[in-house]
Amino acid sequence: MSGTGARENVFPTRMALTNTKLRLKGAQTGHSLLAKKRDALTTRFRAILRKVDEAKRKMGRVMQLASFSLAEVTYATGDISYLVQEQAKSASFKVKAKQENVSGVVLPAFEVDRVPGTDFNLTGLGRGGQQVLRSKETYAKAVETLVELASLQTAFTILDEVIRATNRRVNAIEHVVIPKLDNTIKYIISELDEMDREEFFRLKKVQGKKKRDAEAAEAKKRALGEQEEKKLVDDDVGGGGGGDLLSSKDEDVIF
Amino acid sequence: MEALFFNVSTGFLEGIVRGYKAGILTQSHYNNLTQCETLEDFRMQLSSTDYGNFLANEPLPISTSTIADKATQLLVDQFHFLRSNAVEPLSTFLDYMTYSYMIDNVVLLITGTLHERDTHELLERCHPLGVFDTMPALCVATNVEELYQSVLVETPLAPYFRDCLSASDLDDLNIEIIRNTLHKAYLEDFHRFCTTLGSPTSEIMHRILAFEADRRTINITINSFGTELSKEQRAKLFPTIGRLFPEGNNAFAKADEIEQVRQACDHISEYKAFFDIAPSARANGGAQVDDLGGDGAAAQLEDRFFSTEVHLNKLAFMQQFQYATFYSYIKLKEQEIRSITWIAECIAQNARDRIQDFIPIF
Repeated sequence: MSGTGARENVFPTRMALTNTKLRLKGAQTGHSLLAKKRDALTTRFRAILRKVDEAKRKMGRVMQLASFSLAEVTYATGDISYLVQEQAKSASFKVKAKQENVSGVVLPAFEVDRVPGTDFNLTGLGRGGQQVLRSKETYAKAVETLVELASLQTAFTILDEVIRATNRRVNAIEHVVIPKLDNTIKYIISELDEMDREEFFRLKKVQGKKKRDAEAAEAKKRALGEQEEKKLVDDDVGGGGGGDLLSSKDEDVIF
Repeated sequence: MEALFFNVSTGFLEGIVRGYKAGILTQSHYNNLTQCETLEDFRMQLSSTDYGNFLANEPLPISTSTIADKATQLLVDQFHFLRSNAVEPLSTFLDYMTYSYMIDNVVLLITGTLHERDTHELLERCHPLGVFDTMPALCVATNVEELYQSVLVETPLAPYFRDCLSASDLDDLNIEIIRNTLHKAYLEDFHRFCTTLGSPTSEIMHRILAFEADRRTINITINSFGTELSKEQRAKLFPTIGRLFPEGNNAFAKADEIEQVRQACDHISEYKAFFDIAPSARANGGAQVDDLGGDGAAAQLEDRFFSTEVHLNKLAFMQQFQYATFYSYIKLKEQEIRSITWIAECIAQNARDRIQDFIPIF
């Protein structure tokens, strides 16, 4: 019955029923759309998760290689960190951010932009230049992996957030909005039915009453008519009354 | 007839150095060190050698740079002991040895001054062998002009600076070019000085310095491929004392690729070997080395240079009554510190497969 669940506060009219039905339909469409979005996002999420996992493992290896190549540099030339720091004038490794759209979610994606040539390509000129060069390359690769990982990780957190929100919405529609609308519709229908029945009963009653009234009137009329007749008969019997003027033909009167 | 009176002034120190030399790690020490699982074990193994408990007061975990620093400090202490007990001409000889580190330190200070940093912080980064009394005075200079003047006044490097560079050069030239110019001047000057010491010191030192010069020449050539260093500039950086001088240097000045370097080295059998083995080893190394390409060969070259240097320095101990022993000891000890650091680095980074890539001395 209408009292079993939450419902909206509406007057149970046909108008409201139509409206509510429309809204239910909307809610159902919305629910299926959101569910689709959620599925799409989850698929994407899983893919990213897998990639994050791969990238993290790769990062471990690459960073190890990179720090090892730095050890090689130290072996060959000694400490060059200060020289490199001071000679670096412009960034040769830049990160560009762009946006990617996955079912309405804007995911930032980072891209590596490497400028060829560096400020310190003469470092280690006298000794260990090759090692420095190689270490630079290895570190550039390591940073590339980091950038890749960063964009995946950002996408990961954003997607996670969005999936949560979508899930909340889907569940809210499924478990709150739709039942509420259903209840409202049931309530309106039952109220309307109730009203129908009441109306019917009232009509019935009115009809019955009318009938009774009519019968009563009839009976009264009949009683009245009988009385009249009796009176007429009495009159006929008494006075003889006037005869029918048309029944007897007058003689032609010729003037 | 040097030998006759050698022991009067230098016999004690030569004895000390030969004693020090006995403390250089041997192959069996290295075998033990490479077996270590952690830097803890590593420290334990080192404590049974001449290094003693030099790391005893270090808080855990020990970093590889701490090991290197402490080991260098030991070497520096030994050197200072030698230096303070030395008399002429050995004391000058030892001073000459520190000039190469001084050049690096001064270049470091120049870099700091050029970029207007607080150079006092840089004093800690300087190589302890190259520290000289008046070095903090260089930090007073706030611009390059002042620095140039104070370098001329305060340091023993004045002649190199005066002859090779002007104050404006410090501003304009790449710091690496300055460094290599100074090194070239230094090597030539050291070579000259060794000549005055007479045989057998000069003989042995000339051999070592010639190799050092050639190594610089080859390295500069290879490392300048593909950079903005012009060929004329490159030619100016080549020391003029090596075995490759002059025709080899001329060929290097024109070289564009590693193949030409190889050809230029062809007529010196020792150097020829560096390049000969490199490609075959690369072929054997398979794909992994292959993608490094020319880099791989050049990196191997560096290792070969190191092992040849060790070999030459070892030969210096074969002869008595000469000063090259001191030079060689310091160089060997440096190489040993490099090897130790390398092993420590391999242990710390868990790169067991490369742990054998150090250069053992004995």
